[in-house]
Amino acid sequence: MMENVSFASTGAHARPVDLPVKMHGRKVEVFYGQKQALHGVDLEIPERQVTALIGPSGCGKSTFLRCLNRMNDTVEGARVVGDITLDGEDIYNKNIDVVELRARVGMVFQKPNPFPKSIFENVAYGPKIHGLAKNKAHLREIVETSLKRAGLFEEVKDRLDEPGTGLSGGQQQRLCIARAIAVSPEVILMDEPCSALDPIATATVEELIDELKQNYTIVIVTHSMQQAARVSQRTAMFHLGRIVEVGPTEKMFSNPDDKRTQDYITGRFG
Amino acid sequence: MTDATLRSLPTAAPTSAAPPRRDIGLKRRYGAERRFKAYGIAAVGTGLFFLCWLLYTVISQGYTAFWQTEIRLPITFAANIVDPRGTGNPDMATLQRANYPKLAQDAIVAKLGIDPADRGAARDAAALVSANVRAELRDVVASDLTLIGKTQEVWILANSVVDSGVKGQFDLSVEESRRPLNDRQLGYIQQLEQDGALEQRFNWGLFTFGNSSRAEAAGLGVALIGSAWMMLIVLVVSLPIGVAASIYLEEFAPKNKFTDFIEVNINNLAAVPSIVYGLLGLAVFINYMSLPRSSALVGGLVLSLMTLPTIIIATRAALKAVPPSIRAAALGLGASKNQMVFHHVLPLAMPGILTGTIIGLAHALGETAPLLLIGMVAFVADYPATPLDASTALPVQIYMWANEAERAFVERSSGAIIVLLIFLALMNFFAIILRRRFERRW
Repeated sequence: MMENVSFASTGAHARPVDLPVKMHGRKVEVFYGQKQALHGVDLEIPERQVTALIGPSGCGKSTFLRCLNRMNDTVEGARVVGDITLDGEDIYNKNIDVVELRARVGMVFQKPNPFPKSIFENVAYGPKIHGLAKNKAHLREIVETSLKRAGLFEEVKDRLDEPGTGLSGGQQQRLCIARAIAVSPEVILMDEPCSALDPIATATVEELIDELKQNYTIVIVTHSMQQAARVSQRTAMFHLGRIVEVGPTEKMFSNPDDKRTQDYITGRFG
Repeated sequence: MTDATLRSLPTAAPTSAAPPRRDIGLKRRYGAERRFKAYGIAAVGTGLFFLCWLLYTVISQGYTAFWQTEIRLPITFAANIVDPRGTGNPDMATLQRANYPKLAQDAIVAKLGIDPADRGAARDAAALVSANVRAELRDVVASDLTLIGKTQEVWILANSVVDSGVKGQFDLSVEESRRPLNDRQLGYIQQLEQDGALEQRFNWGLFTFGNSSRAEAAGLGVALIGSAWMMLIVLVVSLPIGVAASIYLEEFAPKNKFTDFIEVNINNLAAVPSIVYGLLGLAVFINYMSLPRSSALVGGLVLSLMTLPTIIIATRAALKAVPPSIRAAALGLGASKNQMVFHHVLPLAMPGILTGTIIGLAHALGETAPLLLIGMVAFVADYPATPLDASTALPVQIYMWANEAERAFVERSSGAIIVLLIFLALMNFFAIILRRRFERRW
């Protein structure tokens, strides 16, 4: 409950004012077998904002992202310590069902991964399994709204029955975003959503992310500094499994406190 | 554009000097490639050669089995022989007892115009007709009792010796005492052929008759039904068990020493000689569970055990081949593990599973050794009505016929091999069709 109040109290890091915390990780440690991937990560994710996770490869940013909807559960030998809350509730608590959690915290992956089914089926799948549609007409409406929100509807409205895998890379990624928002999640996690896309498709997806933040809390992992600067309001810099610095994106990119952040965003390492 | 730019460069610009050519072993590398291609072509060629040889041998020896010499005779169903008590409506027992060979002998003697008093000639003529004529004529009368007392043209099987002789399968030019047909019989055959009363007709009996010690009356009917029952049992037993086991092992089971142990064992089971499965079936299904020997049920169960590892291995490979991104997509949307497997992974793995299953079935269809141990080598003449009745299987029938000495059985075993090969080819064809069909769903 506390997190929902505001960012009034000042923590170790600069935080935006008057924004409730949607998700909060405290002392998150992740082990893959013997290997420790995260060493006590603390991060607050403000509601209806885009939070970017940046850092060199292997720094643990994707690992942290995958903790937020417990996708690490599916990895053999992965172990998560510490706690992560969603609206103040510990998502690793026994009475939180992982299926329900993932309906609230959706995910878009690095490589577009539409199901080998029709465009309609792709978007309709989530609402179907969660029983969100009252009837066929309602399902159709959900699919259309989701596609519209993902900015894909105009391009595919005449071929909803065609395979989703037949779309171009950028369209596929927007289809995956539409699929994620069709279940009306509260948070959308994006793991380098543009790394497999060309610059034009990237621009479309970035615009989309910007619009989506009005309704959804978004966490995005990216390797592109420009992308983080363009789409996010808050940025967290990871290095070697720790958060080096976190703060408003503008400040991070203009006047970072940490030398490593400075070096990384100016391209001196990473 | 580029060309134009290049051309517009001042001609005075000197060309860069090429450094001396290095020996980077091109010749050796291309040589290795050519050699490997040659080995490959040689290997494929050898395989094709043996395949063609096999097919040539089997087909050249076996195609004649699909034709059978028959003799058309005007049979007079004399009432005093068929229905000696003159009831006009004889029961089955009476019909069973009637002396049909006598009817056939009378008919052929009359047809050839032999003096009935010449017993030697009459005996030679009667020998042209198959001893199976008893069953054949009985069936004709039984299906139409009004024939009693009338004369009807009936095609009846010729003796297998006549059949082999007509097909030119033994040398007729050797001296008379050393061949199974004497000169008089050859004359009769010629006479019948000229009358159009002796010809080779399509051998439906090969597919409908049960086994018989007379080659001309021996067919694959029982074996086909037995094999069909067994394939059905294998499909019903091993497909669900195999697929369920693989899904559990691949998707749900924890990865630990125990599941590793199971995996190693499944792989080993696939390599166990099939005769061992026969022993297992004998011990478990027949001795312990007291299921009837020689029945399609026991055969099918034994073959199911044998096919299970194949299906499990193929299914697990197919499940493994489904890209992890699809699993992640489903889980990320909040699908439960069960939903992920049944909505996404299984449909995508279907072509592989079906191919594996059909290959397993084809393997089971051609399996002989385990069936010998559970008593399916029995001589079965009657159709099995249920899987609990004694029956036999295609490959076992081939094995049994191949052990017979008569020339006509050699032809028949080759014919049966052709039938078996056609079934195997059909199954593989079916596997390809199914694969295509499921793969078309992107």
